Amino acid sequence: MHSSTPHSEQLLVIEPGGRAHHYWYDLWRYRELFLILAWRDVSVRYKQTVIGLLWALIRPLLTMVVFTIIFGRVAGLPSDGPIPYALMVFAGLLPWSLFAASINDAANSLIENERLISKVYFPRLIIPAATIIAALIDLAIGLLLLVIMMVVYQTLPSWQILLLPGFLLLAFITSLGPGLWLSALNLKYRDVRYIIPFSIQIGLYISPVGFSSSVIPEQWRLIYALNPMVGVIDGFRWALFGGQSPLYWPGFLISVSVALLLLWLGVRRFRDMERSLADWV
Amino acid sequence: MPIAIHAEQLGKSYTLYHQRERSRYLALRDLVTERTQRIWRTTLDMIRGRPGALSGRSEEFWALRDLSFSVQQGEAVGIIGRNGAGKSTLLKILGRITEPSSGRVTIRGRVASLLEVGTGFHPELTGRENVFLNGSVLGMSRAEIRRKFDEIVAFADVERFLDTPVKRYSSGMYMRLAFAVAAHLEPEILLVDEVLAVGDAEFQKRCLGKMNDVVGEGRTVLFVSHNMAAIHQFCSRGLVLDRGQIVFAGTVEQATRFYTSHVQLLASNDLSERKDRQGSQWLRFTRVDILDAEGQLLQQVLSGQDIRLRFYYEAQQARSHVAVNVAFNVRNSQGMLLTNLNSTDVGEEDQTIYRSGYFECHWPRFNLRADSYSCALFCAINGETVDWIQHAAFVITVEDGNFHGTGKLIDRSQGDLLVDYTWSGGAA
Repeated sequence: MHSSTPHSEQLLVIEPGGRAHHYWYDLWRYRELFLILAWRDVSVRYKQTVIGLLWALIRPLLTMVVFTIIFGRVAGLPSDGPIPYALMVFAGLLPWSLFAASINDAANSLIENERLISKVYFPRLIIPAATIIAALIDLAIGLLLLVIMMVVYQTLPSWQILLLPGFLLLAFITSLGPGLWLSALNLKYRDVRYIIPFSIQIGLYISPVGFSSSVIPEQWRLIYALNPMVGVIDGFRWALFGGQSPLYWPGFLISVSVALLLLWLGVRRFRDMERSLADWV
Repeated sequence: MPIAIHAEQLGKSYTLYHQRERSRYLALRDLVTERTQRIWRTTLDMIRGRPGALSGRSEEFWALRDLSFSVQQGEAVGIIGRNGAGKSTLLKILGRITEPSSGRVTIRGRVASLLEVGTGFHPELTGRENVFLNGSVLGMSRAEIRRKFDEIVAFADVERFLDTPVKRYSSGMYMRLAFAVAAHLEPEILLVDEVLAVGDAEFQKRCLGKMNDVVGEGRTVLFVSHNMAAIHQFCSRGLVLDRGQIVFAGTVEQATRFYTSHVQLLASNDLSERKDRQGSQWLRFTRVDILDAEGQLLQQVLSGQDIRLRFYYEAQQARSHVAVNVAFNVRNSQGMLLTNLNSTDVGEEDQTIYRSGYFECHWPRFNLRADSYSCALFCAINGETVDWIQHAAFVITVEDGNFHGTGKLIDRSQGDLLVDYTWSGGAA
């Protein structure tokens, strides 16, 4: 220790509800911790499993094969225009995997970091948010794989590919809202974790992952778009395959609105619960 | 001297739920069942034309109430009090881990606390990675960590293992590294909770050493401990907390004297209000009495005395021929576990439980020296934990007595334990 450190004149006022005033500023101040936690989640993930990186490749590839056979061959569902069925499935699997992994990891994140929460102050929001960054790395690996597949299938992207970052952001937002909400809920009610894998399983089949959302009858498409992942997945396909996978705009707008609503709800619920988090652990 | 910490009417309340809680945690299904039951009951009440009696099954509990105090910059303040007096809650509020329910605190300067040692360490990451992780968890910037990195590593003496995952570290190395990071924080205000920092003796020694440095440098320290000697050594002022309120504030000598003469003796061994318990609560301990051979209630035990500890309980129903396992353990004021008196070890298993009754433990010739011994209390029936108060369920206050009948006792420095022994010699 050095006594040469200047005494900072920073003044901290702690009072009930006081965190609310400077919450977003605090979040910004703790951005380094956010990055380090995200980096920890990523490096632990790839260190813990022996096949680490390989696993990130095998999982979506195997799912793609199974879905192509079940939905494309056995059920005989049509693909989007001339796009090979496998490619279409894979393009849907990427955002879906991000969503599934984010929900699952975010939900468990607060419990896994219990010790941290009960001993140190920082805006708790960065814990579940950091797990989603880790899931984004998996998605990046998946995207590389997709590029290889597009080369193999000789499918060329068009100008829409430039909008892909926007859809990535949408995928992130769609995952963040429910992820935040579930993470706080899971810490308070310890049996929530049993419902999550089941819900993700159901979600996989009601979202257009193994099939194109164009197979949904026209009159149902607006209602179908209430599932925000419909917008995300359709958006991904549209951006990747250009005009060949047409985007149903009214539905897309509904999905985006639902995603934003969920984010708003998620942040609100999380902030409500955050105040007493340390009392529950 | 400017003020470092200023608290005004600080309070913290917890809501306690009285449900047949079997576990520490809430479960969503319980919430759903309870809500459904409530709706069902209200509906029934409405059908019967009765006003729905919405019985509030929760209760507010104030862990801290109306705390007002100031700490000047450079002051070392000891916070003294029994378990559950609110000491740790106070540090948690100052460390921003939990929010107060009322009042406010103004803090000038960077706060760090030694209860965070090793927090955030991940076993899979290497020593180097953990230094960065732990450092930023404790609030250092990356630039700051990079600047102090070599110093931290040298201090911890782990240069050769920097790129080894810390799960392969020995516990000593792990502790040294964790401590090194915390020691290179440069807080203006240091919070130390010795009660929570239950490390090994070596760790505690380092904590105290670190405190010595910090105090010597004229920084502000808040120190929570049961160890009066340590408080005396480091602190100039003392605050005595009891039941969430400041009952005394003054110099450290006055405060410790007040504590030993008032608070500790008043420590009733009444358990009925204790909330920090685990187990099914089918049986609940309500009181602990310490009696002498004549059945007189004792406030203090003299070593060498023949004592009986009587644990009163209330059970949900009377039952005979049940396997009862009742036990308590004994820790000295330094937190060292000395022994455990378990009924099953002496073979008293088959017993009768009454609606309200007591278990009694006979301890002939009490063989511990003067100190304040805090005990955990446990009871299991037919293998199921029914009540368990882990921290200081009750306290045995002991004064030195005439254990050997010679008026002599071992020197304090030679230990706490008195043994009934004789010496003799013979030709060999």
